[in-house]
Amino acid sequence: MAVAALQPTRKDEAFRYADLAALAPLWPVAVETIAVPAGEHRALSIVPTGSVGTVRELAISLGEGASFDLRVLSAGAGYCRISVRAELADRANFTLGAAQLGSGAQTLEVVSEVTHLGRDATSRQIVRSVAGGGANVNYLGKVKVARGADGTDGSQSVRAMLLDRQSSANAKPELEIFADDVKCAHGCAVGELDAAALFYMASRGLPSETAKRLMLQAFVAEALVGAADEDELLAAALAALEAML
Amino acid sequence: MLQINNLSATVADKPILKGLSLTVGAGEIHAIMGPNGAGKSTLAYVLGGRPGYEVTGGSVTFTPLPLAGGVGGGPVSAITAPDLTHPPLTPPASGRGIDLLALAPHERAAAGLFLGFQYPVEIPGVSFVQFLRESLNAQRRARGEAPLSGGEFLKLAREKAALLRLDMDMLKRPVNVGFSGGEKKRAEMVQMGILDPSFAVLDETDSGLDIDALRVVGEGINAVMRRPNKGVLLITHYQRLLDYVKPDFVHVLADGRIVKTGGAELALQLEEHGYEAVA
Repeated sequence: MAVAALQPTRKDEAFRYADLAALAPLWPVAVETIAVPAGEHRALSIVPTGSVGTVRELAISLGEGASFDLRVLSAGAGYCRISVRAELADRANFTLGAAQLGSGAQTLEVVSEVTHLGRDATSRQIVRSVAGGGANVNYLGKVKVARGADGTDGSQSVRAMLLDRQSSANAKPELEIFADDVKCAHGCAVGELDAAALFYMASRGLPSETAKRLMLQAFVAEALVGAADEDELLAAALAALEAML
Repeated sequence: MLQINNLSATVADKPILKGLSLTVGAGEIHAIMGPNGAGKSTLAYVLGGRPGYEVTGGSVTFTPLPLAGGVGGGPVSAITAPDLTHPPLTPPASGRGIDLLALAPHERAAAGLFLGFQYPVEIPGVSFVQFLRESLNAQRRARGEAPLSGGEFLKLAREKAALLRLDMDMLKRPVNVGFSGGEKKRAEMVQMGILDPSFAVLDETDSGLDIDALRVVGEGINAVMRRPNKGVLLITHYQRLLDYVKPDFVHVLADGRIVKTGGAELALQLEEHGYEAVA
C-alpha cells in the first residue's frame, strides 16, 4: 500500500476531529498491512507510550473463517490516532476493543472502517472513552456490508464519559448496508459519572477519587475483557486512571 | 450520641426541614414516622451529606463511642463477638462530639455513620466484594487502622451474608444490579454488618420487603446495631418493622419538624388512627 503524500485537512471526513497540528510532524504515515490466512487467528494490542504522540494506520484482511482481535489502550501523552480498515471474508470474525483515557489538552481517536465482504462474518466494536481536563475523545466508525454479504452480524457499542464540562467527545457510528439478511447493532452515548452512585459510594466511606476510579475502571474494562493479554491491559488502564484522577 | 439541634434544610431552594431537633442516646433505637412529604428522607440525606441538600440552619453533633477494636470494629473476632456483657463504654469527655455537617460524606462514614438507602443504587461492573472491601479499608485507613487483607475481608463478608441469609454468590455480582427490591435491602443490611457503624440512619429499609424478608432484616438490625454503644434512627412508614426492631422512642415528623414523641406504643396508635388524628 502506498503512503498518502498529502496531509489531510478537515474536509476529509475521517480527519474531521483530528488534531491536525499534532498530526503534521507525524505525517505521512505508512499503512501497516496484515493479512490473516483462512482459518487462522491473530491478535494485536496497541498501547501507545511516550510523549510525541502516536498515529497508526492498519489495513487488515481476513480470509475465510479467520479472526482478528485488536485492542487499543490509548492513555499515553499527546495526540493518539489509531485508524483501522478491516475486510472480512466468509465467516471471518473481527473484534475491536478500544479504551481511550484522555487528560489535558489532548485528542485521542479511533477511526474504523469494517467491511463485510463475505457471508456470515461477525464484527464487534466496543469503544470506551474517558475525557478529563479539557481532553477530546473521538470515535468515527463505519460498518459496510457488501452486496451478497448475508448473515452479517456487526455491532458497534460506543460510550464516552466526560469528567468535566471542558472536555468533549465525538461519536459517529455509521452503517452502509447493501445486503438483505443482516444484523447490525449500534449504540452510542456520551455522559457523566452517575452522581447518585458517587454519593452512594461516598456514604460507604469511599473518597470521591476512589469511587470515580472504581466506576471508570469498570467502564473501561468493557473494552478490554476477553483480550489475550486482558490482565496486563486492565492493570495498565488502572494505572492510567489513577494518574488521571 | 447524635444531637440534632434546630436543623433547617432546603432542597432546590424549597424549605423541607424547618427547625428539627432530636437527640439519640447511646444504646437507643429511635423510629421516625410521618406522612409522605414530611421530610423523612431529606433528614436521612442531610445526615449523610448528599449534594443538593442544603443546610440553612442548626447543627448536628455526633459523638461516637468506641467500639470493640476501635471505631468501626477491629479484627473480625472482635466484630462478631457479642459485647453486650462487657460493653467497652467510655463516656466521651465533654466537647468530644464531631460537627457532623462539617464533614464530607465519606468522612461521616469513617466517623461511624451508616446511611441505609430507600433506593439502593446500582453500580454496573463493580462487584459488591470489591466495593465493600475498598469502602471498609478506606474507612479503616481514615481511622489509622490497618486495612483488611482479601482473606480477612471475605471471611467477614461471608459471616455477615450468612447472618442476613444473603447468598454469598450475590456479593460477587455487580453492586445491586439485577437485585430484587428485597435483595437490595438485605444487601444494605449486609453492608451495615460489614462496615459495623456506631450509628445507622435507615431510610425506609422495610419498604419493598415481603413478610419473611422483613423479619430477616429486622433481626439483622438487632444483631448488628442493638448494642449499648450504638444508636439507630429508623425511618419507616409502617409499624410492622417495629414488631421486630423495638424502638425506645417513636417520633412523628410532619412539615419538617418533630411534632410528637412517645414510646413504642405511639407507633401502634399511629397505625390505628392515622397521623392526622394522633399528631
